[in-house]
Amino acid sequence: MAPREIVVRVNGEEYRGSAEPRVTLVDFLRDELGLTGTHVGCEHGVCGACTILMDGRTVRSCLMLAVQAEGHELRTVEGLAPADGPLHPIQEAFSEKHGLQCGFCTPGFLMTVEELLRDDPDPSEETIRSRLSGNICRCTGYQNIVEAVRYAAELTREAAP
Amino acid sequence: MSETPWVGRSLRRREDERLLRGRGTYVGDVDLPGQLHAVFVRSPFAHAAIGGIDADAALALPGVVAVLTAADVPAGPLPPFLWDTPPEKLVSALRPHLRPCHPPLLADRPLYAGQAVAVVVAESRYVAEDAAELVVIDYDPLPPVATLERALAPDALVVHEGWDDNVAVRFVVAKGDVEGALADAAVVVRERFSTQRQAGIPMETRGAVATWDATGDGLTLWSATQNSHPLRRALSRVSGVPQERIRVIAPDVGGGFGIKGVLYPEDLLVGLLAMRLGRPVKWIEDRLEHMLSAVHAREQVHEIEVGLDAEGRIVAMRDHVLVDTGAYNPLGLVIPYNTIAHLMGPYRVPSFEATAEGVITTKTPTAPYRGAGRPEAVFAVERSLDLAARRLGIDPVELRLRNLVRPEEMAYDVGILYRDGEPLVLDGGDYPEVLRRAAELVGWDDVEIRERNGRLVGRGIGVYVEGTGIGPFEGAVVEVGDDGRVAVRTGACTQGQGHETVFAQVCADHLGVDAGAVDVVTGDTDGLEKGWGTVASRSAVVAGNAVAEAAGIVREQALHAAGELLEIAAADLTLTAGRVVPRDAPDRGVGLGEVARAAREQGSPLASTRYFEPGTVTWANGAHAAVVAVDPETGEVELLRYVVVHDCGREINPMIVDGQVHGGVAQGIGGALYEEILYDEEGQLLNGTLADYLVPTAEEVPVIELDRRETPSPLNALGLRGVGEGGAILPPAAIANAVEDALSGLGAVVRRTPLTPPYVRSLAVPDATHLRSSGEDEILRP
Ligand code: FES
Ligand code: FES
Repeated sequence: MAPREIVVRVNGEEYRGSAEPRVTLVDFLRDELGLTGTHVGCEHGVCGACTILMDGRTVRSCLMLAVQAEGHELRTVEGLAPADGPLHPIQEAFSEKHGLQCGFCTPGFLMTVEELLRDDPDPSEETIRSRLSGNICRCTGYQNIVEAVRYAAELTREAAP
Repeated sequence: MSETPWVGRSLRRREDERLLRGRGTYVGDVDLPGQLHAVFVRSPFAHAAIGGIDADAALALPGVVAVLTAADVPAGPLPPFLWDTPPEKLVSALRPHLRPCHPPLLADRPLYAGQAVAVVVAESRYVAEDAAELVVIDYDPLPPVATLERALAPDALVVHEGWDDNVAVRFVVAKGDVEGALADAAVVVRERFSTQRQAGIPMETRGAVATWDATGDGLTLWSATQNSHPLRRALSRVSGVPQERIRVIAPDVGGGFGIKGVLYPEDLLVGLLAMRLGRPVKWIEDRLEHMLSAVHAREQVHEIEVGLDAEGRIVAMRDHVLVDTGAYNPLGLVIPYNTIAHLMGPYRVPSFEATAEGVITTKTPTAPYRGAGRPEAVFAVERSLDLAARRLGIDPVELRLRNLVRPEEMAYDVGILYRDGEPLVLDGGDYPEVLRRAAELVGWDDVEIRERNGRLVGRGIGVYVEGTGIGPFEGAVVEVGDDGRVAVRTGACTQGQGHETVFAQVCADHLGVDAGAVDVVTGDTDGLEKGWGTVASRSAVVAGNAVAEAAGIVREQALHAAGELLEIAAADLTLTAGRVVPRDAPDRGVGLGEVARAAREQGSPLASTRYFEPGTVTWANGAHAAVVAVDPETGEVELLRYVVVHDCGREINPMIVDGQVHGGVAQGIGGALYEEILYDEEGQLLNGTLADYLVPTAEEVPVIELDRRETPSPLNALGLRGVGEGGAILPPAAIANAVEDALSGLGAVVRRTPLTPPYVRSLAVPDATHLRSSGEDEILRP
C-alpha cells in the first residue's frame, strides 16, 4: 500500500514522516523519525518496552499503527529531560537506586512511572508493583525499580512548590 | 592510591545517563545508509527433508534483493566458538564419549522447528517479511524425536547421520567406594528429580548489522553478542576474511544471561550477506523467532541416590544425569560437566559417582543460561537432603551444618577435577556461617508450619557453591591520553553488568586517578588482539584483574616518565587523583596528561596490555531461604519472603553486586514457579510468546532480604569471586523445599519444577492425577 504522510507532535515538536498504513507506531518512531529510545521487546503487547505516552496516557506503540497517531501528542523517553539539562527526577531516581541494568526495558518503565506519579504522587508499594506489572524487566528483579519509583515520588514532591 | 579506594564503593553507574535518556546504541539502533533487511525462513517441522525451494515468487516482489538457501552458503557445521574442545587434562582423565555437533549456516535437513532454512533480503523489513511468506518449500516431514524418553528408546530414530544412537556426550566422574558406602548407610534417599526446559529471555532479542568495505575497513559487524572476539574468529573462518580485517562490536546489549553467549548462524550470515550483496545488511530477531530459535536451557533428569549415616552425615552420592541438548550440542560437555562438578557442592562427600549423558532431540538446542547446569544439580541434591532430614528426624539446617566443609578445612580438595581440568578445590569462605546467617534472617526456628487463612505455610533453605572466574584468559588495554583521561578496553562485553563503572573503579585505584577520568570500552575487537567474553560469572574476576595489572604497569610508567620530567627519582613520586607529585612537595605536581604527552614524545606512551590467565576457578557460595504460603485447593504458591546470604569475595561495587543477585533470584523464581518451555509430541513449541511463557513481573518477585560475607579469593590479586549467576542457582531448590514443607502433613514429595498450580494441587490432593502437568514424565533409563 502506498505510504501516507503522517504528522504527529512528539515531545512538543512537530514531526512529518511517511509510512504505509501497516507500519507500527514504534517502527515509525524509530525508523522514520530516528527516535530510537523507544524499544521493541516483543511486538505483541506484553513486555511494555515500547510504552510511550499519547495525549498523556500510556500506550504500547507496538500495538498501534503509525497512522493512528496522526494528530496526536506523543511523548517518548527522549522528551523526559531537556537534551542538555539535568535528568528528569524519575531518571535521576532510577540511576541513584540502580533501577536499570541493561537499560533495554528502561524507557518503557520510565514512561509508565511518569503516568503513575501523575495519577498518584505518593503510591504505596502495592500500587507501584501493580502498576508496573505490565512491564517486564529481566535484569533487576524489580526491587530497585520499586525503590526508584518511591524515590522519584519523593524527588517530585520536593520539587513541587 | 587515592585515600579512599574506589573499589568497594557503590558508585552510580557511568552507563546510566545515556541509557536513561534513550541515547543508548543497541544493535537495533544501528542504522547504516543503504542498508538492507534480512528475514529468516524457518522450518515449521521439527524434523524434515527439503525436496526443493522455489523462491521465484519471493524474488519477483518489488524490493526483494536476494533469497539464499543452504545451497548458496558454505556447507558444514559452524566453526568452533567457546569450549568446543575440553581441556586435554580433562579428556585424558575422563575419556569422555563426545561427538562434535554444530548446526550449519542454513539447514537442508532441519532438526528442530524454527531452524533457519533460507534467508530473504529486501529493501525494508516489511517487504522481507512479505517475501519470506512467498518462499515455497517442499518439506518432507520426518519423524520427530521430541522427548528424552523417545531419544533413548532402543528403537529410537537416530537424529544425526552417521551416529549409532542419540547420545552426544557421555562420561563418568567417580571417587571412593559408592557401592559399599550405600550398602552401609543408615538412610538412602533414591529419587528422580527433573528440571524443566526454560528460556533466558533477554528483553532485547538477538540481532546483527554488517557492512563490507572491500578496499578499506573490511568487514564490520555489530552484534548483540556476549563474545565479540570469538565471533570475529568464527566470522573469519566462514568468510575467509583475515581477522585483522574484521571488526566486531557488541554495542549496548539488552541482556544476555548466556543466551547470547553461543555462536549463531544468523550473525555469520548477516556478515556474509553484506559481503555478497555489497550493501549493509541488518537483521533484528522478533520475539517469536527468539522463542523458537535462540537457545533454551535446563532440561535435565536426575536419578539420584544419597546415603547418610544415622547422624545425618553424607556417606555416598550417586547420580545419573540426562541432559536434553536439543538438536545440536555446540558446547560439548560444558553443561553436563558443570552439573556433575557442582553436585557435591559445599559438602563433604566421601564417595561419589556420577554419570552424565547429553542426548539429542529434535528441539531447539540447549546451552548455558545463568547458572549453566548448576541449578539442576543443586535442585537434585538439596531436595534429597531435605528428604533425608525428614527421614532421620534432623532439622534441615542442622543436617546441612553437619556436612558443610568448615572454614578450617579450606583449601578443601573435593577429589575430582573441575571443567578446566584442574583439581576441584574449594578455596575459602565460611559456609556454616553463611547458612546460619540465612536461617537467622528468615527466623528459621520461628517459622512453624501453620495454616494462614486456609493456606499452608512452609519454609525452605538451601546452600550452593559456584566455580567462577574460569579461564582461559581475558585482556585489558589501559592507555592515558594527552588530556589525562584514561582509556580502558577489554574483551569482556557487557549486557548490563555495569562494566564501564566497575572496571573504571579498578583502574582508578591501580593507576591513581579518579574513576570519573576513566572511559571503559567493552566488546569492540578494535584495539585489543584477543578476548573471550562475558559468560560463566567470569568478567569481574578475569577482566578485572587484567585491568588492575595493566593499570599498575601504567602507573609505574607514569611515575618513571614524570621522574624524568621533574628530575626527581620515580621512587620519590606518587600518583594520586590524576597528578604525579613528589612525596615531600605535594604542591610541585604535574598532571597525568602532561606526563602522558611527554612520554609519548619520548616514544614510550603510557599504555599497557595485560592478559590475566587464572590458574583455575575461584569459589563463591551462598544460602537462600524461602517462606511460602500454599493454597491446597488451588495449588497456588505465594512467596512470602526470600532471604539471600552470599559471599562473592571482595565486591568492587556492592550496589551492582546486589543488582546481580536480585536479577538472578528473580530468574530463579521464574524457574521455580512459572517458566516452562512446552513442546508437543511432534516437537512443536506450544508457548512461543511472552503471553504464554510466563516470566515474573513486579507482582511476583518479593523483596529480597540480602546479607553478605566477603571472603577474599586467595587466587587473584583483587580477591574477587564471580557473582553473575549465583542468584539464579538456588531459588528452585529453596522454594521447592518450602512448598514440600508446607505440604509435609500430606506426605507430598516435590520432584520437579515449575511449581505451577496444577502440579502443586496434584501434590496436595494426591488423587487429582488428571491435573498433573506435562512434566510428570516417566523417563526411562537406557
Ligand atoms: S514491544 Fe510492545 S509490548 Fe513488547
Ligand atoms: S534492565 Fe535489562 S531488562 Fe530491565
